[in-house]
Amino acid sequence: MASVGRPIPAVTPDMAGFFEGARRGQLMVEKCDHCGALRFPAHDLCAKCLGRGATWVPVSGRGEIYSFNIMHQVYHPAFAAEVPYAVIVVKLEEGPKMISNLVGIKPHEIRIGMPVEVTFERGGEDLMIPKFRPRAR
Amino acid sequence: MTTDLRAKCAIAGLGQTRMGKNFDHPNAMGFAIEAIELALEDAGLSREDLDGLLVNPGVTWMENAMASFSLQQAMGLTDLTLTATMNLGGATAGAMIMHATQAIAAGMANVVACVFADAPLRPPSPEKGKAAGGSAAAYGFARGLNAYYGQFGVNAAYAFVAQRHMHLYGTRQEHLGAIAVAERDWANLNPAAQFYDAPMTMADYNAARWVVEPFHLYDCCLVSNGGLAVIVTSAERAKSLKHPPVYILGMGQGHPGGDPMDTLVSGAPLAKKTAFKMAGIELGDIDFAELYDCYTFTVLVTLEDYGFCKKGEGGPFVEGGRIGPKGSLPVNTGGGQLSSFYMWGMTPVAEAVVQMRGEAAARQVPRHDIGLVSGNGGILSTHSTLVLGANP
Repeated sequence: MASVGRPIPAVTPDMAGFFEGARRGQLMVEKCDHCGALRFPAHDLCAKCLGRGATWVPVSGRGEIYSFNIMHQVYHPAFAAEVPYAVIVVKLEEGPKMISNLVGIKPHEIRIGMPVEVTFERGGEDLMIPKFRPRAR
Repeated sequence: MTTDLRAKCAIAGLGQTRMGKNFDHPNAMGFAIEAIELALEDAGLSREDLDGLLVNPGVTWMENAMASFSLQQAMGLTDLTLTATMNLGGATAGAMIMHATQAIAAGMANVVACVFADAPLRPPSPEKGKAAGGSAAAYGFARGLNAYYGQFGVNAAYAFVAQRHMHLYGTRQEHLGAIAVAERDWANLNPAAQFYDAPMTMADYNAARWVVEPFHLYDCCLVSNGGLAVIVTSAERAKSLKHPPVYILGMGQGHPGGDPMDTLVSGAPLAKKTAFKMAGIELGDIDFAELYDCYTFTVLVTLEDYGFCKKGEGGPFVEGGRIGPKGSLPVNTGGGQLSSFYMWGMTPVAEAVVQMRGEAAARQVPRHDIGLVSGNGGILSTHSTLVLGANP
């Protein structure tokens, strides 16, 4: 499995809803309880209205490539066999952006604007982690 | 309410240690002290004259929130009336000089040392046969999901922004390369540069390994041990010191907030507005520019944002050696952080002082009455503008 040895994210209390959703196969973002603005990753308060309190809500999992890079330098041993690999920024249909990886495509075939959809892979022993794959427009 | 600070203060001293793989001191504090001693000597002042100390700690002592007090104690400075540890990333050098100028103009201090120092490189270790430490990974930029996805370090984050610029405006790899080559050409005229005597062609640039696409090795700044300090004092006092004063004509800051990927604009337009108004200048008055260059791409965006060309046209603008030693707009005339040394915002400040004094020897620009100095921190997050003048 490609992800063996990758640094597994800690499930911090503020991100618990994200990982619970992922386990159900749902991509989640935070929704401000006051003004309804969507955000990712989790924040203690809303940068738009400064309201406290937010609820994790599912989104479509669809979006497009907003930007990407192709990593050649190895910063962590788990990636030594993977370079060059791409890291993408997805702009979700609902607005928020997410950093992720794109599966099912070679790094140099990635283009900004490419439509993508979420897919999930197992990370570590008990986490599901969202990645993205190309989709038809 | 406004108080006219134009030409009220000047840079009167410049202290620069050896740069790069310099192991003269075991830590950044030692480099800071050496740089301040050199700056005082350059100005013709002594430690007793200092009553202000502003410090921008580099990566290796950034977590010392009271670095300025630690430094004060370490170099035996007493009875200061101004001190601060400041951090706006690469915009800090400019911001320290602004803070010093404001304090001096307000009568709160007379002679202020502004210093940056860092020591991320370690001496070669006999066991491993290579330098230890100093990698970006050690700086702890990646946590949580980003680390899982392999998104590490500032290089990777800047690459996202550069990639969008290339997509939206048609900026090409060779445009970034033109900046790297121009700065290298300047560095080859600067004996203090880490890449002095190391010429680089566009072919060399393209052949260098990728760090993170779209950045080759030479799109990214150097790593340097060293210290750099300037002494700021009143214009009146500066006139009686060893060197011609470098007058601080205009100062400004701009911190846009939000996501730089959305705008592809730095804080320069905002900072420029304040600084140019204070200095009473227009862009055409600028003789040379020392622009913050953590990456080639940062220079490209900064040129656009000051209005040297239209937004999105930075790529074609730098073609044909325009910003190199034979070009019409001299930029980063010492080689910048890409090819001389990486002292954050002090690199462009120091080179501007050298040029302004007419001490740049083989790389001296013909006209050096008005110089532009930019600082940039984070991912196009913070920005400082200084307009410096040879005359008040």
